[in-house]
Amino acid sequence: MTRLGDIVEKVRSKNAGPFWMTVDIFCGSPEAYARVVALPTAHIASLFQTDQQLIRRFDIPNLNVVKFSFPRPQVQGSIHDRDMHGASFGALLAEMDVPG
Amino acid sequence: MTKVLIPSGALGLGYDKAALERGIAAGPDIIAIDGGSTDSGPSYLGRGVSKYSRASTRVEWQGLIEARARAGVPLVLGTAGTCGADSAVDWLVGITREIAEATGQRLKIAVLKSGQSAETVVQALRDGRIMPLTPAPDIDEALIESCTNIVALAGAEQIAAALATGADIVIAGRTTDTAIIAARPLSDGCSPGGAWHGAKIGECGALCTTNPASGVIMVDFDADGFTVQPLSETARATPHTVSAHMLYENSDPFILYEPGGHLDVTGATYTAPDKRSVRVTGSKWVPSDSYTVKLEGARMAGYQTISLALIRDAHYVAHAQDWCDDIHRRTTEKVLDRLSVTRGDFNIELRLIGQNATLGELEANLVTPAEIGVLGIVTARTEALAEEIGKMLNPYLLHHSLTEEEEMPTFAFPFSPAEVQRGAIYEFCLNHVMRIANPMDAFRLDVIEVGG
Repeated sequence: MTRLGDIVEKVRSKNAGPFWMTVDIFCGSPEAYARVVALPTAHIASLFQTDQQLIRRFDIPNLNVVKFSFPRPQVQGSIHDRDMHGASFGALLAEMDVPG
Repeated sequence: MTKVLIPSGALGLGYDKAALERGIAAGPDIIAIDGGSTDSGPSYLGRGVSKYSRASTRVEWQGLIEARARAGVPLVLGTAGTCGADSAVDWLVGITREIAEATGQRLKIAVLKSGQSAETVVQALRDGRIMPLTPAPDIDEALIESCTNIVALAGAEQIAAALATGADIVIAGRTTDTAIIAARPLSDGCSPGGAWHGAKIGECGALCTTNPASGVIMVDFDADGFTVQPLSETARATPHTVSAHMLYENSDPFILYEPGGHLDVTGATYTAPDKRSVRVTGSKWVPSDSYTVKLEGARMAGYQTISLALIRDAHYVAHAQDWCDDIHRRTTEKVLDRLSVTRGDFNIELRLIGQNATLGELEANLVTPAEIGVLGIVTARTEALAEEIGKMLNPYLLHHSLTEEEEMPTFAFPFSPAEVQRGAIYEFCLNHVMRIANPMDAFRLDVIEVGG
């Protein structure tokens, strides 16, 4: 299996305010974009253990970017939050196996 | 038509002085810089303080005040002191006063405050003027009254009012990141879509270019759109870096809500007039029927005591989660047995650094490392209770054995005392907007003169 991080330029996660998290996958080429855009949203939902209905997905071909935004699993800075800036969620995606 | 010089993404992050000079030579109409963000968490708003060093803030702010004098244009700062609470505004006004006195300048300052009293917000709740965003915590009057600080995010209207006083410097409490940049081009009659879009692209300084660390950029607004140009010689703006910046910290890369309407960049086009700058047209501003401002609020969430123990014994590293689960159970029982408390009064958490401390149960890459740090986090209703529970946790972190048959182990501690009192901790508790009849209703504007 190939890991997502091996076929794209960069995966970045960040807070989008204290209540949302956003993950940007910079694919870097139309070929990599085609592989990433084929990922079902359900797959992402299970990776982040989030309700699929709450995930907002943006496929942006002219930037070769796929973006996912979802409510933070823990509100930023609440006592169970482990990652104040949401910096590490991208690593989960980068290490995910992709077909082919 | 209107040139806005942006020295960096935030005061306190530093800026390239040579690039700033090039910006001044290019004749800006205004210098605008952000002073804060919620991104470092609720403690700053909860306490009403800045996250950046006072000395660094003073040095950088003095540099901008001097640049302003050379350029002969206003300097505007939004979200003073990280959180934009009234106390953080006063903090930066105090620093400005010191600089004015030390350098012998007379400065006229417009001070815009965004702090909201609990009474104001409770009244708005009773009037049905508080609306939840998604996802919003449940709120009631008691929660609003428990906040140590509530701020409303000012938009372009309030910044324009502050600039209309003719002040040399505007120091604003909480504003949207974009409002301080959009206000002047909007007043000058530039395209509203272009003004808000250019402000969003520029709000993090050179983050929209090939060299984010270079800081300084100029955004030139006109009737049809805007042109963005980095001022550091090492940075270039390209249609890709500029359009990709709409992704940054935005849950929606095409729509951005602001007081009084929203920006829609679905139809925007990005072109490169030369190798270093980008021209953007086609962005749309859609006014809303009512005027709403976003609220941010923080309140105390208890007191914390933390410990850090290090496991280096391979047997214990291999069974670290079981070891922690057992310690958690035993400490909890002891707390309930020896202190007059219930389970709702405290929370104990043990996080395994080196294994899954960052992602918790989401972690998909569990490995066995050489060592594991065990971060013990005790949260309790009072400081004394947090300290007591931290001390009850300590003997287990020091000597607890996996089984009764094993010889008593000892684990590594980097510190004495083993516990660190973190004091009061805070939580964000509002994700709501407040409807107001007039933009200045929730804000206060004063003009002061400092220095001599």
